[in-house]
Amino acid sequence: MLELMNVSKRVGNQDHISDVSLRFDKGSLNVLLGPTLSGKTSLMRLMAGLDKPTSGDIHFNGESVVGMPVQKRNVAMVYQQFINYPAMTVYENIASPMRVAGVDGETIDRKVREAASLMKLSDFLDRTPLNLSGGQQQRTALARALVKGADLVLLDEPLANLDYKLREELRVELPKIFAETGAVFVYATTEPHEALLLGGKTAALSEGRVSQFGPTIDVYNRPADLITAQTFSDPPMNIVPMTKSGAAFAFGGASVAVSGELAGLADGAYKVAIRPHHLMLHAPGGETLVQETRVSTTEITGSESFIHVETEGLRWVALTHGVHRVEVGDKVPVYLDPHSFFVFDQQDRLVAAPSQDGLPHEDLASASAGHG
Amino acid sequence: MTRLRWLVPTLYIVFLMLPIYWLLNMSFKTTNEILGGFSWFPAEFTVESYVKIFTDPTWYSGYINSIAYVGLNTVISVSFALPAAYAFSRYRFLGDKHLFFWLLTNRMAPPAVFALPFLQLYSSIGLFDTHLAVALAHCLFNIPLAVWILEGFMSGVPKEIDETAYLDGYSFPRFFTKIFMPLIGSGIGVTAFFCFMFSWVEMLLAKSLTSVEAKPIAAVMTRTASTSGYELGLLAAAGVLTIIPGAIVIYFVRNYIAKGFAMGRV
Repeated sequence: MLELMNVSKRVGNQDHISDVSLRFDKGSLNVLLGPTLSGKTSLMRLMAGLDKPTSGDIHFNGESVVGMPVQKRNVAMVYQQFINYPAMTVYENIASPMRVAGVDGETIDRKVREAASLMKLSDFLDRTPLNLSGGQQQRTALARALVKGADLVLLDEPLANLDYKLREELRVELPKIFAETGAVFVYATTEPHEALLLGGKTAALSEGRVSQFGPTIDVYNRPADLITAQTFSDPPMNIVPMTKSGAAFAFGGASVAVSGELAGLADGAYKVAIRPHHLMLHAPGGETLVQETRVSTTEITGSESFIHVETEGLRWVALTHGVHRVEVGDKVPVYLDPHSFFVFDQQDRLVAAPSQDGLPHEDLASASAGHG
Repeated sequence: MTRLRWLVPTLYIVFLMLPIYWLLNMSFKTTNEILGGFSWFPAEFTVESYVKIFTDPTWYSGYINSIAYVGLNTVISVSFALPAAYAFSRYRFLGDKHLFFWLLTNRMAPPAVFALPFLQLYSSIGLFDTHLAVALAHCLFNIPLAVWILEGFMSGVPKEIDETAYLDGYSFPRFFTKIFMPLIGSGIGVTAFFCFMFSWVEMLLAKSLTSVEAKPIAAVMTRTASTSGYELGLLAAAGVLTIIPGAIVIYFVRNYIAKGFAMGRV
């Protein structure tokens, strides 16, 4: 069990990590989700013991490990860049942690071949890493992390530099492979849909702070605050400042009647966040708020289109399936369905989230279809 | 135009090789023939000069001495520069950039400036006329050079490799020798070559810090010329033999040397 207690890290006069407290259970899968520079790597380096926290404490199985040399920590880490020992063969690369630990040759051979076959490297054991493709290099690094039998496995965006197909494949296999070792498994990623696919628990990071930590689905469905919602949305959430009075939410000139949880909120100003795939260009059934917008950009990827629109000085993005024919400069109506409203108060705290049965789209499916 | 493309490189190589050829030519002639007139090939081909060098201890000991202090200097320079270059490439510390540049300024002072202090210092501690004296004196310009070259090669190795090795359980010495040094093997080779070369061609310090026991070949050559008249054939043979070690060393590092130059560190 890994426990971070009020950990902070200051470099110069910049806060890289501010007051982070997390608890990862043995054998659990944990995702660190956050944009670039949100502190994922800094946090992992602290967990690994490569850096020392400026303040706070890190416990592993109840013992403080701050200041303990990394050699004694039994931690495995895989970087986003493909890091191997270029002067050694793939076989020796994988064997290296066991060689250092003084494991006997027979066990080494068995484990290396096991890991190599799991990572589909069996045919390349005699090559040196620089003669392998990027994916094979990264699988070598992963195999080395696997054979070590570490108590704590840290993967820092391990699949970010791999091609699409390989990424899909490894993303499914990795958690399974490492789950069998019983290690605390920590996986850093910038991509919300990767977090959703991995499952487990997610810690949403932003500017060196953990804004929320909990089961991945819960964090996705009920982000505690606006910043978590933004971290867990790609493209970003559409923010609509609305005013609630009575049983209606109003924006611009229009308003929409609401019921259930939304209707119970106190009257006043709220920030409503809507996921891009819930911002609709065609009227769905039921009550919606219609807003006239102007198309500013379109991105068409084939299976889906991103339509960027502007209205009243706000920029929104709609994710729609299939190819949509809209021209830049077109006036299009956008439909806001109150069933998809994430409502935040003026302090950015969540006060209401869409209930899971009334959603216009199947949430997870469309998120995981992501745009990569 | 295109048909004459070979002309300039050929001329270049001819002019470059001419003195070397002439040296080789002379080394197989007798002194009388050399002084007698101009000829492209030795009329009386003789290896007498070479035989004399390999049999006369005053001659061949000069080579042994030179090789001894050059080898010693190369080993000292590289082994001291390795940790220094590692520190410069991996750690930030107070004044690191100034210190790094200051190293280079050591190469700007002419060795003659240091000849007197070295002579006085080594005489007083009994190092005068030893191989170690010359080897240490040559560290003056070779260690800064070695640090500069090695730092360039080391900075090309991602720091994550160091960290991965520590996470794998390697101690620092084991990581350094087992993982890191093979990675910068070509850099070590290039560094060793340059240390060898600068130490091999340096004469002023080598001559002033030795008298009999550790006299370098370059000093032997000047003395012989002054005492027994002009033994030009013998000198030419000695010259040829002086070029050979450099040529052998350069053969082994030929593939890496361009890299050292390309990094602008030499």
